[in-house]
Amino acid sequence: MMNPLMEMQHVSAGFGGKIVIHEVNMTLLSGEVTCLMGPSGCGKTTTLRLVAGLLKPQEGEIRLLGKTIRMETEEDELIDIRRELGVVFQGGALFDSMSVGQNIAFPLRYCRNLADEEKISSMVLEMLDHVELGDVREKFPAELSGGMRKRVAIARSLVHSPALLLLDEPTTGLDPITARHIDQLVLDLCSKFGFSVLVVTHDLVSALGIGDHLLLMEEGRVSWKGTSKEWSFSEHPGVRRFAEGMISVREMGGVER
Amino acid sequence: MDLLSWVGRQAMDLFTTLGAFALFAYRACVGIFAGRWSREDLLEQLERVGASSVLVVSITSAFTGMVMAVQTLDQFVRFGATSYVGGVIALSMVREMSPVLTGLVVSGRVGAAMAAEIGSMKVTEQIDALRTFGLDPNVFLGVPRLLAGVIMLPVLTLFSFVIGIGGGFLYVTARGINPHLFRRSVEALLNPSDIYGGLIKAAVFGLLITISACGQGFMAGRGARGVGSATTKAVVWGNMLILVFNYILSIVLFGGIKG
Repeated sequence: MMNPLMEMQHVSAGFGGKIVIHEVNMTLLSGEVTCLMGPSGCGKTTTLRLVAGLLKPQEGEIRLLGKTIRMETEEDELIDIRRELGVVFQGGALFDSMSVGQNIAFPLRYCRNLADEEKISSMVLEMLDHVELGDVREKFPAELSGGMRKRVAIARSLVHSPALLLLDEPTTGLDPITARHIDQLVLDLCSKFGFSVLVVTHDLVSALGIGDHLLLMEEGRVSWKGTSKEWSFSEHPGVRRFAEGMISVREMGGVER
Repeated sequence: MDLLSWVGRQAMDLFTTLGAFALFAYRACVGIFAGRWSREDLLEQLERVGASSVLVVSITSAFTGMVMAVQTLDQFVRFGATSYVGGVIALSMVREMSPVLTGLVVSGRVGAAMAAEIGSMKVTEQIDALRTFGLDPNVFLGVPRLLAGVIMLPVLTLFSFVIGIGGGFLYVTARGINPHLFRRSVEALLNPSDIYGGLIKAAVFGLLITISACGQGFMAGRGARGVGSATTKAVVWGNMLILVFNYILSIVLFGGIKG
């Protein structure tokens, strides 16, 4: 049995006076890829923001990297936790006023406090090589395609060797071929560096392809947990609805021809 | 009842905004010494606030100086007070017109850009990305902008004094007034304390513009509309604060309290 890297116990959270996720329990194991799936607005991104220390639980607690995040946890403690994580936001969130090289070097300067420019430059190049991009250090994010931006965002999130990588909808907005390349890249990097991954996605193909463990979230609650194999044979109504796209169809009021 | 709830909402918005400004200002001021921010970004902001605003401040100041000369010269000639024209133009420029006009120009030009930039960063999760790297965005983005405002506004205002008085001088001498009379008048009426007062005002305006711009940027709502709204509010708040504080500072620095 592998060690749990992160444990979320009875966590409820939200914002603006509204509770978005209710009583969520979740465990991430070291070196594994966990995919959190669910329809839009079910609380997936809120859960990811909780794990990233960008949001505090209103109830319950999160044990992460030997520290505990609760409602009363101080910001300074959260800052220390955040520095040990890599986060890839949905749109990449690359700093558009900085070049690709400066973006990737950013965590080295501010999380690892490196000042040796030569070392930083070689680490940036090495990271670009890992994400299968050439020397695009001088380019700006606006000059890159969606897939390239995702790769740069992944490179930036991994350059300071985090213990846990959090990916928010990594394949959204990408064509199916680029999306599968990103999936493969995540798996390759995960086996190369040995970090754990939490992927928030509604891309079922992606989740089944890369996830060691899958979780389904519906209306702010985790309704199903299991492996990819268990998903395929599950008769759980939520699983079947999600697999058949029933949730989104129903939410849209049905599609008729 | 509707009117009452509207007034209540406006009051809530007002206090929420002022509270957000105060919190941002506190965090940024503490962060100057204790937080992490980029010196390179400070240089960039100094260039954006200062060097990039020189042309528009020059044009505004030159024409304002000339308009003041147009308005004062005939009246002063009528009352035989020609020897005071230069001094009055210089005093008006140094104490009031230069700090306020420079503040309003920078608020419209740079404050709007700062709010839009930070608002866009918020909408595209770049602010959250900064937080994941263990940085406080109020400090990392706020401190260079705040310092640039406080440092460059007095520099631009000093520049505006010279250009504005120069504009007035050109008009007055073109109307046949002895240049030496203009110069003596300026020397007689203008004290160093007037210049210091004008520069203090400018530094305060620089602070207010950047607090308003960054504060509104961080408060920006979702999407392009949220960024647009934040940009507009940054300029409106910046201009209002400049005018209100100009009144207060005029009393404190040049008015009744000073004696």
